[in-house]
Amino acid sequence: MLLSVLSGFLLAACLPVIGKQIKGNLSILLSALPVILFIYFLSFIPGVANGETYHFTYNWVPQLGINFDFHLDGLSLLFTLLITGIGSLVFIYTSSYLKGHVYLDRFYGYLAMFMSSMLGLVLSDNIITLFIFWELTSISSFFLIGFNNDSEASRKSSLLALGITGFGGLFLLAGMILLGYVTGSYSIVELMGQTELIHNHPYFVLILFLVFMGAFTKSAQFPFHFWLPGAMKAPTPVSTYLHSATMVKAGIYLLARFTPVLGNHEYWNTTLIIIGGVTMLYAAIHAVFRLDLKGILAYSTISALGVLVFLIGLGTDDALLAASVFILVHALYKATLFLVTGIIDHETGTRDVSQLSGLNKVMLPVGIAAILAAISNAGIPPSFGFLGKDLIYEATLHYGDWAIVLTVAAVLTNICLLFAGFLAGIKPFIGKLPQKYEKLHLPSPLMYIPPMILAGLGIVFGVLPMIIDSPLIKPVAAAILNTSPDFHLALWHGWSVVLLLSTITIGGGLGLYFILKPSEGLLAKATRFEPISPMSIILRCTRIFESTAKGVTYVLQNGYLRYYVIAILTFLSVLLAYKIFKGIDLYVNFGKLTEITLYEAIVLAIMAVSIVFTVFTRSRLVAVAAMGIIGYSICLIFLFYSAPDLAMTQFSIDTLTVILFVLVLYNLPKYLKLSDTGSRVRDGMLALIFGGLISLLTLEVLNEPLEREISAYYAENAYTLAKGKNVVNVILVDFRGADTMVEIIVLSIAAIGVFSLLKLRLKSIEKE
Amino acid sequence: MELLLVIIIGLLYAAGIYMMLRRSLVKLIIGLILLGNGANLLIFLLGRIVKGKPPIIDDASYVLAEIYADPVPQALILTAIVISFGLQAFAIILIKRAYKVVKTDDLDEMNATDEDL
Repeated sequence: MLLSVLSGFLLAACLPVIGKQIKGNLSILLSALPVILFIYFLSFIPGVANGETYHFTYNWVPQLGINFDFHLDGLSLLFTLLITGIGSLVFIYTSSYLKGHVYLDRFYGYLAMFMSSMLGLVLSDNIITLFIFWELTSISSFFLIGFNNDSEASRKSSLLALGITGFGGLFLLAGMILLGYVTGSYSIVELMGQTELIHNHPYFVLILFLVFMGAFTKSAQFPFHFWLPGAMKAPTPVSTYLHSATMVKAGIYLLARFTPVLGNHEYWNTTLIIIGGVTMLYAAIHAVFRLDLKGILAYSTISALGVLVFLIGLGTDDALLAASVFILVHALYKATLFLVTGIIDHETGTRDVSQLSGLNKVMLPVGIAAILAAISNAGIPPSFGFLGKDLIYEATLHYGDWAIVLTVAAVLTNICLLFAGFLAGIKPFIGKLPQKYEKLHLPSPLMYIPPMILAGLGIVFGVLPMIIDSPLIKPVAAAILNTSPDFHLALWHGWSVVLLLSTITIGGGLGLYFILKPSEGLLAKATRFEPISPMSIILRCTRIFESTAKGVTYVLQNGYLRYYVIAILTFLSVLLAYKIFKGIDLYVNFGKLTEITLYEAIVLAIMAVSIVFTVFTRSRLVAVAAMGIIGYSICLIFLFYSAPDLAMTQFSIDTLTVILFVLVLYNLPKYLKLSDTGSRVRDGMLALIFGGLISLLTLEVLNEPLEREISAYYAENAYTLAKGKNVVNVILVDFRGADTMVEIIVLSIAAIGVFSLLKLRLKSIEKE
Repeated sequence: MELLLVIIIGLLYAAGIYMMLRRSLVKLIIGLILLGNGANLLIFLLGRIVKGKPPIIDDASYVLAEIYADPVPQALILTAIVISFGLQAFAIILIKRAYKVVKTDDLDEMNATDEDL
């Protein structure tokens, strides 16, 4: 099982190496992977149909409770089959669609990576690994949307998609961690038993919010829906695979998966019904106004996702059953329509629906697939879509007080969806063939067979629902409901309100299709609302965020050393001053001071004068000389106070520094007065304050008793252990010999640096 | 005497900081050196100053017996002086080199990356 989940990553990892070989016709060989996986997962059907679930555990980080726990039940199985099944077709389709593309190998790599992440997502029982796979799908989606990386729009869309889904992902992580915190378990199976506890916990609302944010961003629910139409910049196989059939359904999967854990609560149901309802209506109406085939499909996908969220929100047995069926229905017809759109785009070079018609005459098999899909989308019997739609109406009609409102919303949505489906699936293929398209020919079978298979399944499942009834749909519903439901899918339910509603839907949709002709004018009307759309608002927010961030960065990271120093010193001064004046009482213990002799006082006076000179002189030479004098004065102080070694070192080092300075002085620039009086005063004040604080601090420390244990140790053992009489030297070369060696290394490095800087020959370009 | 040293240390710190806040690279290095000297003196003073008793064991005895200057701060300062020399030497040469290339020692003009050169 682990292998089957990770195989895509393995394949993706191999592709950079073997990619060159398979770039040609061999690329179709890569489709073997999803096909094998599909067959592997098909083999689970009999078991799952009997109500079994499979559990696989592989330890990863057991200390943190993070393991690869794979749990396969009906819901997971449906998704794995969708992922690998549609994945196989998409892999095959791509080999022809992107034939000869420079980065074909890369594309397959991303695709394989995505497939694996998605499999991991729907199979994970551990919610932390679920989150990791969740983010992996976002990342691979980012690469796939931005696949045409030389197009700016494409880059922008991929960034937007990553931003939105990644943003939601973080919410999800927080939600998962809270869930783990509340229940003490990261396993979904174990969470299911603790519904009571979770529902009554004060964090429940927060958890709900966080999980919803994750699901809504991923599944493009209002108001986060806008990344999905943008994601259509991706090559069509990607749109088919990620943005209609699988990835966007991850949010739905999450909601379905957590229904037994979090669901059946007032907040859960109401939020989902409202958000799902708004999304399905809003997007369905939007879809009507689009001209771009992919735009139509994108909005109708959002709408369909809204329907799913809505159904999960209803939460009744009927609704969840309808959701289970609709996931499959939608995946089948929408993937078909996308694949067909890809073919149209590939062959004619346009996706503008107002220009396309009559293509049936040149590519009949494609047309058949498209029309079958449109029929399934429309819910015209005997398609699988009809079945799905009936179940939806069944669910809304039995929802207590709000039944009428909900049903009307569902009917309106479906009318618009039907219209959109016809626009995308039927309009391009019927009518008169424009002259410019007469020379078109049928694409390679690799391209039109996959949509035909999908569209065909849409009809077969409709006519013979028993094929999938108990093996597939029942376990799904069982997994969502956490009980074993009793139902049978059937095409014919007898004369009922539901049938009437279906008829109204079909009639309304057809009416709309004949009245409304897609045109630029309609599109323009819809775009007028752009400034108040969620997309514009969120983009505006990000711009404000960006400029604020820039402002803050400019203040804090301005690139001027002195401002950094000022900031650090101001902070330090305030802190020091607070502590010195607040917590400590200052006094000078005159009794302990050593006496002042005249020559020492003179040395210190010279030093003070030199310091003033160093700071205020206009000549560099004077500054360096004064600095030398300071050094020598310090040398004298060391000498007075029993530190001959220090005096010697200071003397030689100071001499060397001054010599070095003077040596390079002649080709240094003039000592310019670069800053104005204001900043000089400011710097002076800061410097004096800081210097004063250091003085006070020193005074205070002098009052504290001194711990001499270490010194005493050295004093006693310098000769007995190390046979040296100069204690300072013994410390340096013996007791702390290793430190001294490191110091020597540092100095050598500095020396090498100096030497190479001196010897470095500038290239002519640098000299300019 | 301690009081005078305390004042000098404060002065060295203040001067060092002031120089570090200037725009000229040369002044920056001088400021760094002054600051280093101040820190050395600070450590020296905090080890308490003792006159005329260097931490050297006389020929006759095996241990330092009576009052003596603390050897530990001295060892620390010695290391510090040497290391800061390494830094100074490198910095001085770097200034020279940088000046040769960019023809300025104004830090603000060194702000940009190569494209402005």
